[in-house]
Amino acid sequence: MPNENANLSPKVFADDIEKKATRDGFGTGSVEAGKADSRVVVLCADLKESTRAELFEKEFPERFVEMGVAEQNMATVAAGMALAGKIPFIASYAVFNPGRNYEQIRTTIALNNVSVKICGMHAGVSVGPDGATHQMLEDIGMMRMLPGMTVIAPGDAEEARKAVVAAAKVEGPVYLRFGRAPTPVFTTEETPFAIGKALILWNSPAPHVAILATGSVSYTALVVARALADDGIESLVLHVPTVKPLDEEAVLDAARHARRVVTLEEHQAAGGFGSAVAELLAKREPIPLRIIGVADSFGQSGTPDELLAHYGLDAAAVEKAVREFVR
Amino acid sequence: MALTSDQTIELDKRAKAIRETIITMLVAAGSGHTAGPLGMADIFAAFYFHILKHDPKNPAWEGRDRLILSNGHICPVRYAAMAHAGYFPVEECLTLRKFGSRLQGHPERERLPGLETTSGPLGEGLSQAAGIALALRMDSRTEQVYCIMSDGEQQEGNTWEAVMFAGKNKLSNLTAVMDRNNIQIDGMTEEVMPLESLKAKYEAFNWHVLEVNGNDIAAFVVAIEKAKAIYEKPTLVLAHTIPGKGVPEIEFDYHWHGKPPTKEEGQRFLKEIRTMGGKVPHEYA
Repeated sequence: MPNENANLSPKVFADDIEKKATRDGFGTGSVEAGKADSRVVVLCADLKESTRAELFEKEFPERFVEMGVAEQNMATVAAGMALAGKIPFIASYAVFNPGRNYEQIRTTIALNNVSVKICGMHAGVSVGPDGATHQMLEDIGMMRMLPGMTVIAPGDAEEARKAVVAAAKVEGPVYLRFGRAPTPVFTTEETPFAIGKALILWNSPAPHVAILATGSVSYTALVVARALADDGIESLVLHVPTVKPLDEEAVLDAARHARRVVTLEEHQAAGGFGSAVAELLAKREPIPLRIIGVADSFGQSGTPDELLAHYGLDAAAVEKAVREFVR
Repeated sequence: MALTSDQTIELDKRAKAIRETIITMLVAAGSGHTAGPLGMADIFAAFYFHILKHDPKNPAWEGRDRLILSNGHICPVRYAAMAHAGYFPVEECLTLRKFGSRLQGHPERERLPGLETTSGPLGEGLSQAAGIALALRMDSRTEQVYCIMSDGEQQEGNTWEAVMFAGKNKLSNLTAVMDRNNIQIDGMTEEVMPLESLKAKYEAFNWHVLEVNGNDIAAFVVAIEKAKAIYEKPTLVLAHTIPGKGVPEIEFDYHWHGKPPTKEEGQRFLKEIRTMGGKVPHEYA
């Protein structure tokens, strides 16, 4: 059953649940962070409408920096601004930021340990028609390997807003991952959020399996849990927006409780959230684990729904995979 | 203001001391770059002993000018200049590149106070300097931002993104100094990947460009004064330097870009520095 303490949307399983893209949460969250702290600045590489950075520009034109199509310069200029006391958020598509400017992020932001917030938009195959070149599937892996980097993949637009506000308060670098397509807003203003904390969405007294998910596919996990419960398969769903630092105790509790773990992410199955969970379980609680993600493949053009289904990330595919795993 | 002749003599002495320390620390380290640090010793002496507003005992002083070193591999000259200026004991220079040292093979901000940033990977210093300059201007602060960069890193795309950005934003509180010594690891810059005409290129990106002999401290100081007076755009000081300057037997030789002197070579180089290449008796140098 849904975790009451999570204060999820009353419409969580309704057909008319509100849908919004997590990038919208970046827009509203950055304005909120900008109001709370005058050191917050936003840099954008010629994508201010698409990244929703224009909301911040409208509110704080003097603190918005248009970089042109130059993501490497965006990262390094931001590093300089952070050295001079600013809290820069840098926004572009994840394939370019951190895809294009990875070494700049590694040296001038991560190793330099400065407070730049890297905002990767249009992550995952759900970008849709733009195709493989614009569907970033490797960013969680790239970023979680960097020492000192906080990595967050918010589950919906509301949580994205909270994550942006929270990231501004972190001393040090943060990577935030956002999606293009509207997805269900399953959390509410009252849903708890803290960086480094996982949240139980669905619970059962004696779960056969724990489904751990990050990003907007956590909602998919929730839908799957309800469908499985209708068929007598009890599960626990743990939403893990912060991939790094991982909420180790929550992951271990879920694993110990269910004795079987499935992870779910809109990312390569290799190197991402599932790998982070595998690294932890291998060390502390070696039990059966199934990592669901894109299986060593690039994306392609299509609608978000078509692509999620094709790559095994929609509710039907995830349900099938979980059933096979617990059989 | 131009230097008096006494000031020039004093700064020349500082540069010579920095060169001696560079040779000593490179011999002790057993690896590192020789030509660039020697070629830039005059400019670093000018910065640390005349140009910069700074406080070696309080490296984080808010009112300090910012000196960003983009081509981090010439850090021995920065370390030597900082040590002579009083940031840390000169003897610590002998720990260069050694395990546990604050003097990393390429500079790391968090290990040694006063470095401003972490650098080494090329083409990233100018954009950081531009970011600092923009942030200082947003806060109506008047500190100057200087960025020392190499000519080789003009081959990096990131450099030109920064040049475009600084030109667009008319960052007049930013002065870049390019070490135009014409060498890089694989040979002469104009053979590896031609850079000229650098002056015309920067001017096309809305920069003011000054050319100067980078081994003439008095002339360099005048150029920096002029750069400060240019208030409508950023300035590039194209500093023509001699790689390996001070040790005649290695001057202009690109093979010395990325290797240190052996112990025997070190002793010979120190003698050359102290005698101006044998032109004067040791005791008068």
